[in-house]
Amino acid sequence: MGTTPVNPINSGDTAWVLASAALVLLMTAPGLAFFYGGMVRRKNILGVLMQCFMCLALISVLWVVYGYSLAFGKGNPFIGGLGWFMLKGVGQDANPDYAATIPHLAFMIFQAMFAVITPALIIGSYAERMKFSSFLVFTTLWLTFVYCPIAHMVWGVGGWLNGLGAKDFAGGTVVHINAGVAGLVTALYLGKRVGTDKQGMHNVPFIILGASLLWFGWFGFNAGSALAANGLAAQAFVNTNTATAAAAISWAVMEWIFVGKPTTLGAASGAVAGLVAITPACGFVDVGGALWIGLLVSVFCYSMVAFVKPRFGYDDTLDAFGVHGIGGFWGAIATGLFAIKAVNPSGGADGLFAGNPGQLWVQFIACATTITYTAIGTLIICFVVDKVMGIRAQQDEEIMGLDLSQHHERAYTILE
Amino acid sequence: MKLVIAIIQPYKLEDVKKELYEANVNLITVSEVLGHGRQIGVDEFYRGVKETGNLLRKVRVEIAVNEEFVEPTIKAIIKGARMGKIGDGKIFVVDLPRCIRIRTGEEGSKAIG
Repeated sequence: MGTTPVNPINSGDTAWVLASAALVLLMTAPGLAFFYGGMVRRKNILGVLMQCFMCLALISVLWVVYGYSLAFGKGNPFIGGLGWFMLKGVGQDANPDYAATIPHLAFMIFQAMFAVITPALIIGSYAERMKFSSFLVFTTLWLTFVYCPIAHMVWGVGGWLNGLGAKDFAGGTVVHINAGVAGLVTALYLGKRVGTDKQGMHNVPFIILGASLLWFGWFGFNAGSALAANGLAAQAFVNTNTATAAAAISWAVMEWIFVGKPTTLGAASGAVAGLVAITPACGFVDVGGALWIGLLVSVFCYSMVAFVKPRFGYDDTLDAFGVHGIGGFWGAIATGLFAIKAVNPSGGADGLFAGNPGQLWVQFIACATTITYTAIGTLIICFVVDKVMGIRAQQDEEIMGLDLSQHHERAYTILE
Repeated sequence: MKLVIAIIQPYKLEDVKKELYEANVNLITVSEVLGHGRQIGVDEFYRGVKETGNLLRKVRVEIAVNEEFVEPTIKAIIKGARMGKIGDGKIFVVDLPRCIRIRTGEEGSKAIG
């Protein structure tokens, strides 16, 4: 009796996390790829698709070699060590530090997809003007020196924001604030695109297709972050859907008020903003909180992209900062407002409206740390890449378009 | 009456339009065309195989004008489209024997404006 250890692996949990990992892959390509691809001028669509696609390939490799170890391995409060280099010791058994009922490998590959999409989100800010070779180097450095440390600080065992009690269910700080702020820095560093009096988006159906696929894949991102097939996953699923729907509606209403007609691009942008905002909160709030988070995020993001950006004149091509940075910041703060401990008794906390103002302060610290670290880290990486190999495409390459100049291909023909 | 036809770089269209408006030339027709002059096109690759001499994307601008607008139109197009590089394009000016406005049946100079 008692000599046979019980196998802690739960088949339902494992199935859900593996399926979720695949759903999160879908977010990067084709989801994000087509969402962004439709918004660029037609001479640059392959450039954007290729960058998203190569994020998938490049980071998948980097992650198993050393990325996972740096982000989640044992180390100091700021970065993990290299103990899990080449996934040494990351096997089919569970790792109770992260997820007690699924294979450690399942947790690793789920996290790999988060590491893939985060640098891919930044593409939206520097789209249409970064040299492809520089993009590869930038992405590698950024994953190593920005993403891995921040993931470790927020999620890693012994990470200092983790210890502080900051609540980030599925990656509002690690993924969205992180990518959004990095996007703003790259947009400022690279400067404006050549000849862009008009945005020149070339395929609105692609944008809707991409946004819908993001919505679909995000269930893996958020509900999968429960790391179990349980009630909390269902709660996160419902919250995600509710906030997204509310945000799509409120963005359309904002447009109706300010420009007279709701646009398809607006509805899609609102949905994405809602997905971003509910990400940190989805496992800590009830459906009422989700509704408010979704309704309000479009107000903030719309104001950012429609009023603030034109005033300052920075060229955040596809508004990675305006949507992911601002939406992520609102989501992280809103978690401190709307969180209810009863929703998630084991890992949750009460927020301001449940009588715990301290949580709001902790959320703010987590945001401020991420913003500061990312801004400085990204700036240094831009500078280094620029000095070593030049970060921006030549002017005539940019004019010709990234499809032809970087990849010797074009997406569309008008003759046979 | 003349028909001014210009083949320009696609990304210079906005600049050309701006210059034309400044010269009070407001009626234009634009189409997308493919072609190459001395540039001899651009190389593309299909699974590692080079395909040379592919045509480049250009924009064709057509403007029907009365005599006094011919020179201003040409000047505006040059101002908007010139980069000083191969591939900037060409302007062709041809005689236009007739012009009819469909709505009213007006003919000639009146119909152009």
